[in-house]
Amino acid sequence: MATATDKRTIEVALSTTGLSADGKPQRIPLGAEGLISANPAMEPELEGEHMLINIGPQHPATHGVLRLVLELDGETVVRCIPHVGYLHCGFEKIGEYRQYNQIIPWTDREDYLNSMGNNVAYALGAERLFGIEITERCTVLRVIAMELSRIISHLVWLGTTCIDIGAFTPFLWSFQERENVYNLLERWTGARLTTSGTRVGGMIADVPAGWTDQLRHFIDTFPKTLDECERMLNKNAIWVGRTVGLGVMTPEEALNYGLSGPMLRASGVAYDVRKDFPYLDYETYDFDVPVGTNGDVYDRFLVRQEELRQSVRILDQALKRLPEGPVDVDDPRVILPPKHKATSEMESMIHHFKLVMEGPRPPIGEVYVPIESPKGEKGYYFVSDGTAKPVRWRIRPPSFVNLSAIPKMVEGHLLSDVIAINASIDIVMGEIDR
Amino acid sequence: MSKDKLGYAAPAFQIVMPGQPGDTPATPKHIAHRGGTMNPSVDALRAQFGSVIGRAEVMWGDTTVFVERTKVGTVCAWLQSEASQSYEYLVDVTAVEHRDAMRPIEVVWHIRSIKFRRFLRIKAEIAKDGKTPLAVPSVWGVWKGADWLERECFDMFGIGFEGHPDLRRILMWEQYKEGFPLRKDFPMRGRFSRSEQLKQALAANPEARYSMEELSIADAFEDLPTDMRHRLTGGEKTGE
Repeated sequence: MATATDKRTIEVALSTTGLSADGKPQRIPLGAEGLISANPAMEPELEGEHMLINIGPQHPATHGVLRLVLELDGETVVRCIPHVGYLHCGFEKIGEYRQYNQIIPWTDREDYLNSMGNNVAYALGAERLFGIEITERCTVLRVIAMELSRIISHLVWLGTTCIDIGAFTPFLWSFQERENVYNLLERWTGARLTTSGTRVGGMIADVPAGWTDQLRHFIDTFPKTLDECERMLNKNAIWVGRTVGLGVMTPEEALNYGLSGPMLRASGVAYDVRKDFPYLDYETYDFDVPVGTNGDVYDRFLVRQEELRQSVRILDQALKRLPEGPVDVDDPRVILPPKHKATSEMESMIHHFKLVMEGPRPPIGEVYVPIESPKGEKGYYFVSDGTAKPVRWRIRPPSFVNLSAIPKMVEGHLLSDVIAINASIDIVMGEIDR
Repeated sequence: MSKDKLGYAAPAFQIVMPGQPGDTPATPKHIAHRGGTMNPSVDALRAQFGSVIGRAEVMWGDTTVFVERTKVGTVCAWLQSEASQSYEYLVDVTAVEHRDAMRPIEVVWHIRSIKFRRFLRIKAEIAKDGKTPLAVPSVWGVWKGADWLERECFDMFGIGFEGHPDLRRILMWEQYKEGFPLRKDFPMRGRFSRSEQLKQALAANPEARYSMEELSIADAFEDLPTDMRHRLTGGEKTGE
């Protein structure tokens, strides 16, 4: 008897969620099938005034200081007006007053879940502006850095989205694994969150002895956690019921709204910067890019989940091919002399002094180098006039553009679904407000 | 799950299959500072629009093409809809003001054809002669993703985007009075003194931060608490 009841419940959860024949989202609360009328036109006396509700900016489910002003008809969202800017710090303005290496700490602090990836993206852009080719070992180390930060970002996304939707256990599992990655980053760069791991032309440091073994251990153990989360969520009636058919973006809409990253791929557009505009020799790694079909919250979850597995694959290959050799380029224009020389030789000391005080100077030019950050296409646009400080340092923020489609995604859905849809965008307000 | 040549584990349908057959992109190496292969779209643009298209250059592998300020909307619409160009993705809208005060302000559009794997930088120059209006056409009608990007550019540089449906500040608050932060004549610490900034911040009334538009959409004004209603009618909208 109990089995039959359970079975029925799951069927209800699955069957009452999704799109109706005419493309409108259709939700009936769990177990209320037959009790309430699905057609509001049959109960005209229930139509009342619209209600204005304010979510945020201080609200745990807005993942930062996002403020949404919602106009509700009953529980259905009629209109959504997002407000951003509460965390605006003027990163781009400050960048115009800083030397190229001095900007790197600011890149940690925009998308702080992907700080290593931002550092690498920044260094790639600056190196093209300087006309520098990095070393083999540095290339592979940067791939490792990017994939580790992709894992961090997706794990935080998974954990916080579980909390938003009502599951607590996967949050603990994913944050425990995130802790392991942070331990790796801490051993490498000395910092966990604000890593500042790159320099123009190289890395802050080579990985310490034994670090690769720790990474190997993580690669071996991490997929088990992913399997557990998969077993916990993928066929979970509540999870499926709260994610399927929500915030649907068709492929054409997703492209037109400028979505990128998992948001775009969940809609069925196979576009990944790592494949289409490769950098760091990503074309030589064997990995798949998951592409969704429905463009809803559930597909975004599936895409990110598969990306975690693919990141592990890339990490595995990168670790196997990690070559010996120097990390920094042999280019005195940007790389400081070794410390023992700077303290013992006059020429090296002057060289050190001039690089630190005056800063390296790129040629006149401009460059935009995109990378695939966990949130989408991220790129830094530099304009140089030949001085040691950029004329313009522009961040192309993926979650800013992704978030701009939220009115389109939430309108017509229930208030509680706004939280799920907002979580599926994977926003980081530090990157949106900058 | 079947995989295509690039390794996309592709399920049921795809709208875009990037690139041409037999075309496998690779990490660019040893890019020249100037010169190199120009994006073929520039020639197509010249054939289509003639003198509207200004000079074009290749810098660090990316093609920049200058377009007459008032014609950017038309050019972008053509680039997006023309099947042989297919720039279906707007990457970024931003602006550059050079330190040299004589140089014009440049508005920059980064656009991308995912289908043909092309990247194009379009620039429009706005002369700082005091006569040219600080405005360019909006591309919101072409790419909806331009919405917030253009608002941010307006917020930071004061550049008007003609045809944008809702051009207002986005990162700074609506009543921000100090100007446009990313302009070169804007000091890094702001225009106002610290005491004035502090005074304004303390006088701000965060509870009243509903714009009149938001109040009108729900006719919610009557439902507000009496004291807030009183403050709003008294003209104290947001921390003024």
